[in-house]
Amino acid sequence: MSELKRTPLRDFHATHGARLVDFAGWEMPVQYRSILEEHKAVRRAAGLFDVSHMGEVDVRGPEAGRFLNHLVTNDVAKLFPGRVLYTPMCYPEGGVVDDLLVYMRGADDYFLCINAGNIEKDLAWIRGQAANFRVTITDRSADYALLAVQGPVAAALVQRLCPTPLDGVKYYHFTSGVVAGVSCLISRTGYTGEDGFELYHAAGEAVGLATALLEAGRPQGLELAGLGARDSLRLEAGYPLYGHEITAEISPLTAGLGWTVKLDKGADFVGRAALQAEKQAGSARRVVFFRTGDRRIVRADTPVLDATGAAVGRVLSGTLSPILNEAIGSALVPAASASQPLAVDIRGARVPLHVVKPPFVPLKKS
Amino acid sequence: MSNIPDGLRYAKSHEWLRPESDGTVTVGITDYAQSSLGDITYVQVPKVGATFQAGEVFGVVESVKAASDLYAPVAGTVVAVNAALDAAPETVNRAPYTDGWMMRLKPADPAAAAGLLDAAAYAQVIG
Repeated sequence: MSELKRTPLRDFHATHGARLVDFAGWEMPVQYRSILEEHKAVRRAAGLFDVSHMGEVDVRGPEAGRFLNHLVTNDVAKLFPGRVLYTPMCYPEGGVVDDLLVYMRGADDYFLCINAGNIEKDLAWIRGQAANFRVTITDRSADYALLAVQGPVAAALVQRLCPTPLDGVKYYHFTSGVVAGVSCLISRTGYTGEDGFELYHAAGEAVGLATALLEAGRPQGLELAGLGARDSLRLEAGYPLYGHEITAEISPLTAGLGWTVKLDKGADFVGRAALQAEKQAGSARRVVFFRTGDRRIVRADTPVLDATGAAVGRVLSGTLSPILNEAIGSALVPAASASQPLAVDIRGARVPLHVVKPPFVPLKKS
Repeated sequence: MSNIPDGLRYAKSHEWLRPESDGTVTVGITDYAQSSLGDITYVQVPKVGATFQAGEVFGVVESVKAASDLYAPVAGTVVAVNAALDAAPETVNRAPYTDGWMMRLKPADPAAAAGLLDAAAYAQVIG
């Protein structure tokens, strides 16, 4: 445990009663008082998440846009300054290196947010792909802290602490501004399915900003929320998590993220040929989302059974939806099985999986 | 700090046992156990009439984090179970020694509870 990395808010979390765990090599708060209660607070009012472990990368230079359109599957050419893009980046075989957000700050100036557990792998991959482009790639992960304020009252809360009007900053847009005296990149994005902002700021300002947000938000019902609630919120929203729904072996098409793969964007990109072939032939496997009507959690890696009891797939993510009060999850199954009866065995009991299209709950994001 | 009431008996596997005046014993899990598990989402209790040996699995407690077996601290026959946990498993987090009880046993050996840990000894187990 001695080698765990810490965000600037590690002691802030401990002071606020967090249970700190090893998450992808980071000492992070999994919960403060209750994963279920923190989850409900985000759906009801707001939650404050420290996600400073995420990685940040500057991509700058005259060919920055052209390079990124080669690197990722979505269409970076559609961006304009102030616009954010969600996209996978893939291996030539079509599997996913990581999923990320691409921020366009200016014509030659982009900013990436990548998963904490993938920072080193991604940087090596991105630099390897950049060899033939006039582009400078800078790891900024240690410079930035990142706080996510998510929930129905989150946007109004951030606005009260920020002189810049934020009404015009729509979903998947961003602006620069000062929140509680701290300069931020203010991004209307999130991983909960709720409205809200993600605030990128200098690591040294994190404790001050978190304290100000918590004090201002508490009267409205804002609570500190840990990575446990972050995971159940994202699953309830139907969002993929790298390492579960998308991996080096699970392509974005298999994962149901076809909308992020722009085969006809007018630029070749890493993985394009493999993804085009998969699209033409039809994906052999599919990521499906399920609910069970039962409170017993269906854990990741549980075999998925067909009507004869034969194992045809496996569970990728599973939790209890605190809103539905039943087990929900995702599974990887043969495409032909996705419309057939599926079940899992939980301690000797056959529990049917009801395949549904996420989100599992109505979402209020703008 | 975990709450370890005096007057109960404890198993190393983190169940508590309370001798009742009618000769039965009530069984649940300790404050330390519920705190370690985190949010409890499901409790599988046995059927009334089931019999268990000491140390035998009598049920399962699930949290967001994991599923854990429950072990009978003494041998006996189930005379009652806490059916309310089916709809409200979080009761075990809130009140592990009272409303969060799991089952009542008629012990095979009325003296068996004496072989379990007392509060001081259990406190040493969880350090």
